[in-house]
Amino acid sequence: MPTVSMTVNGAEVSVEVENRTLLVQLLREQLRLTGTHVGCDTSQCGACVVHMDGIPVKSCTILAVQAADADVLTIEGVADGDTLHPMQAAFRENHGLQCGFCTSGMVMAGLDIARRFPDVDDATVRRELSGNFCRCTGYHNIVKSIVAGAHAMNEAGG
Amino acid sequence: MGVDGNYKWVGKRTVRPDGTDKVTGRALFSADSSMPGMLIGKILRSPHAHAKIKSIDTSKAEKLAGVKSVVIGKDFPNLPNKTISIGILAANFSEMSDKLMARKKVLYDGHPVAAVAATTSAIADKALSLIKVEYQVLPHVIDVDEAMKPKAPLLHKKMITVGVDPAPTKASNVASRCEFGFGDLEAGFAAADVIIERTFKTKPAHQGYLEPHGAVVSVAEDGQVTIWCSSQGQFMVRSYCARLMQIDEAQIRVIPAEIGGGFGGKTVIYLEPVAMALSGRAGKPVKMTMTREEVMRATGPTSGTSIDVKLGATKDGKLTAGEAELRYQAGCYPGSPVGPGAMTAFAPYNLENVKTVGFDVVVNRPQAAAYRAPGAPMSEFAVESVIDEMAQKLGMDPIALRELNAAKEGTTAPYGPKFGPIGNEQCLEAAKNHPHYSAPLGPNQGRGVASGFWFNVGGESVASVNINTDGTAVVLSGNPDIGGSRASMAAMAAEVLGIDYDKVRPIVADTSSIGYNDLTGGSRTTFASGMAVCNAATDAVDQMRTRAAKVWDISPDAVEWSEGHARPAGPNAGDFEPMSLADIARTSAKMGGPITGRAAINAQGAAPGFGTHIVDVEVDPETGHVTVLRYTAVQDVGRAIHPSYVEGQIQGGVAQGVGWALNEEYVYGDDGCLQNTGFLDYRMPVASDLPMIDTVIIEVPNEAHPFGVRGVGEVPIIPPLGAVANAVSNAIGVRMTDLPLSPPKILAAIKNGS
Amino acid sequence: MAQIVLTNDLGRQFTGGETTLDMDVTDVRDLIRKLDQKFPGIAEVLQDGSMAVAIDGNLHQDAWLEDIGPTSEVYFLPAIRGG
Ligand code: FES
Ligand code: FES
Repeated sequence: MPTVSMTVNGAEVSVEVENRTLLVQLLREQLRLTGTHVGCDTSQCGACVVHMDGIPVKSCTILAVQAADADVLTIEGVADGDTLHPMQAAFRENHGLQCGFCTSGMVMAGLDIARRFPDVDDATVRRELSGNFCRCTGYHNIVKSIVAGAHAMNEAGG
Repeated sequence: MGVDGNYKWVGKRTVRPDGTDKVTGRALFSADSSMPGMLIGKILRSPHAHAKIKSIDTSKAEKLAGVKSVVIGKDFPNLPNKTISIGILAANFSEMSDKLMARKKVLYDGHPVAAVAATTSAIADKALSLIKVEYQVLPHVIDVDEAMKPKAPLLHKKMITVGVDPAPTKASNVASRCEFGFGDLEAGFAAADVIIERTFKTKPAHQGYLEPHGAVVSVAEDGQVTIWCSSQGQFMVRSYCARLMQIDEAQIRVIPAEIGGGFGGKTVIYLEPVAMALSGRAGKPVKMTMTREEVMRATGPTSGTSIDVKLGATKDGKLTAGEAELRYQAGCYPGSPVGPGAMTAFAPYNLENVKTVGFDVVVNRPQAAAYRAPGAPMSEFAVESVIDEMAQKLGMDPIALRELNAAKEGTTAPYGPKFGPIGNEQCLEAAKNHPHYSAPLGPNQGRGVASGFWFNVGGESVASVNINTDGTAVVLSGNPDIGGSRASMAAMAAEVLGIDYDKVRPIVADTSSIGYNDLTGGSRTTFASGMAVCNAATDAVDQMRTRAAKVWDISPDAVEWSEGHARPAGPNAGDFEPMSLADIARTSAKMGGPITGRAAINAQGAAPGFGTHIVDVEVDPETGHVTVLRYTAVQDVGRAIHPSYVEGQIQGGVAQGVGWALNEEYVYGDDGCLQNTGFLDYRMPVASDLPMIDTVIIEVPNEAHPFGVRGVGEVPIIPPLGAVANAVSNAIGVRMTDLPLSPPKILAAIKNGS
Repeated sequence: MAQIVLTNDLGRQFTGGETTLDMDVTDVRDLIRKLDQKFPGIAEVLQDGSMAVAIDGNLHQDAWLEDIGPTSEVYFLPAIRGG
């Protein structure tokens, strides 16, 4: 079995995987980072979004071996110690979740949207979010949360 | 306290207690637990819609290295064929067991036929491929109207329709007939100047919860069972597993994981008993999680339906009679929500002559499971469409027609009783006065309005409130937090105790840590569990008042509780320094021990909810594509304990209803197998399909609840179907009666003009 | 006397079509007992959890002990299940 090495949330890891192991399986089953969720088998739902070298990817569509030497950020690595990242705080304060299952993916997608559109508005968030399902909220508070989070990041200097 | 009070925490937009866990990925959902030595369980499913199982050979799978157990239908107990009620659910365990694991026949594509547990997922997959099942394929039937035809393939050879007099002598797929109503239909229609008759169809829709079903089950050597799973009720899982596997409830402990959405779809179980059987045989814990494909093929969507409506009115808009026949797909065994469909169809209206007849029809599909306001969205869609058409025919404003005929306090509901205080008229009025309703429309745009009604339910609930010596409190309740209920429980407890919201920690307890609770469903949690929490907090307050009275040596009746303090009242007012909750808690050891408030109730007095929605759409005449431009939802919730989560429930219900109206449907091949088994072609709305959803909360308090709660979650999925269909119909000038309103259907309607 | 209203389906099964009755009863249990004396077998259906009862507009499920007043209006209806 091949061994892959990568950085996950700032820590070096080396894991033995099968060729067909998906990144999401490596994260959830081997590293026990279960904050990255699996909602589908067809790369539609976005519950599994993580960042790979700063780019959001659906970790259910990436083989673990493809992530070799990459810098992977999951929801568990977003907060700064015990201080929530402004995007996480925005979801919490704007009630951007009901069941919370989509939330990890939404926060990861939101971070990327904020990075690309610092002054983001509702319409842009809706357009950019079309790879993430939420079945609970009707998206209303999620859109509000991402806009608020992006603006807070902007104020905090990116 | 009291339903009209000014509150410190109730009605405030507090941050939810589990918010941090959920934005950091720390919250544990069903697939997130593991145990040492855990095996992976998988299910082999029928590739046929309807077939006899001639033989199953599992010998090769059993011999595969790494396979620890294999089960098939005969490994599960056979149970009496009888429907019984469990809390707010009804179940026939013989049928339920057969749905879990097929015995003689498979009844739908995806029906489980065998299951394996192995050391790895890959070995489990390999083992499934080694199981040989010999089928004799039978003719199948999917559509409800087809299934009712005399020559239709029969799912159950002995099924005689219940509820028909005299009982039919021939078996059919019609499981039962129900009927509601009163008055004289003939006279009612004779008095009408305008009569409209139409037939409507809706397609089955899936609840679409984002978290697939999952469970980890451990059966120990002494037979004790521990289950970690996500469901809408840990006690439901326990009762069902105990009965299905024939063991004592006390032997089973169900620990609720966080639940990633349910919407009714997690009021049933699919995996837990199978995992119990596998774990028991293997002597190891077993984890099972479904793929999305399994969720789509084999878990309960709601019924597809076919509905006839006839409505009569005088030329000045008085409705004179309403009649409907409803035909609902039940899935492979009886149990569609046609009953509530028939009860709710005309509920927003004051009708003297009304009759609804419902048929529960089995078809080769997975068993229908509850989906928000089970049965109501379809029947109310049909009626709301006819109401809209009636307004057009009469040249009346559609809200004015509804107001003229609105059910109000004292109106006899079509399902029997008279309504108490309800907010139907208030919702209509708020909708009429909302700026949305008078905003101008552009070309190819249309506006639709629809009302919705749901009963809401109560049920059995237990709560305890433990007062800690540092002046904080822990609130235990027994309902999974599916959409922010921890926040509501904490707010209500904080309000009654008079301490700060963040001094209250709400916990969802497992089945061995708290008394029985009915499940989260029917919009009962904030009402019924909320009532239990209020009562438990009041019990704790009473104990603290008694202790203060002892310290002061006065009668407990002379001690009042306000703002978290015991205060001498009446003749003793001002005689002693008030004692805070923390003061009393600190001395609890000296004063008789810990303070724990308890309540165990069967919450009665659930009060109905009404809503009125307005939607604007634009139809692209070239493509038939519908864009939802603006949406406003008005709803009477009794009391919004946490307005943000009330709004969230409404917005989420609207999104699901819009999906049902426009996109979502099951597509079957000629072989009766489901073709759209994933999110790719089962199209749920994404953010770009929806506008912001404006909500207006009406509060007509329910006197039976300490804070006036009615319930929120069911009503908002009802009006969108009718509202969207009415808006599209108005935009293109053709009445649309067949959901979902997919572009090809709309193009055809524009082309044919009918 | 309290006015008791049964569903059409109960009427068909047990009462020969009669759905409105006037009865002297004190609570739900008493009502069910007396109905069963008149219409043998109806108690089983009324108590198996499949039926709810509305007393003067208030909905009760599984409630034997709920009072029924001398002028109450009592409606039986199918128990409401939820999603
Ligand atoms: S799990 Fe659904 S997109 Fe990856
Ligand atoms: S909050 Fe439940 S799926 Fe988004």
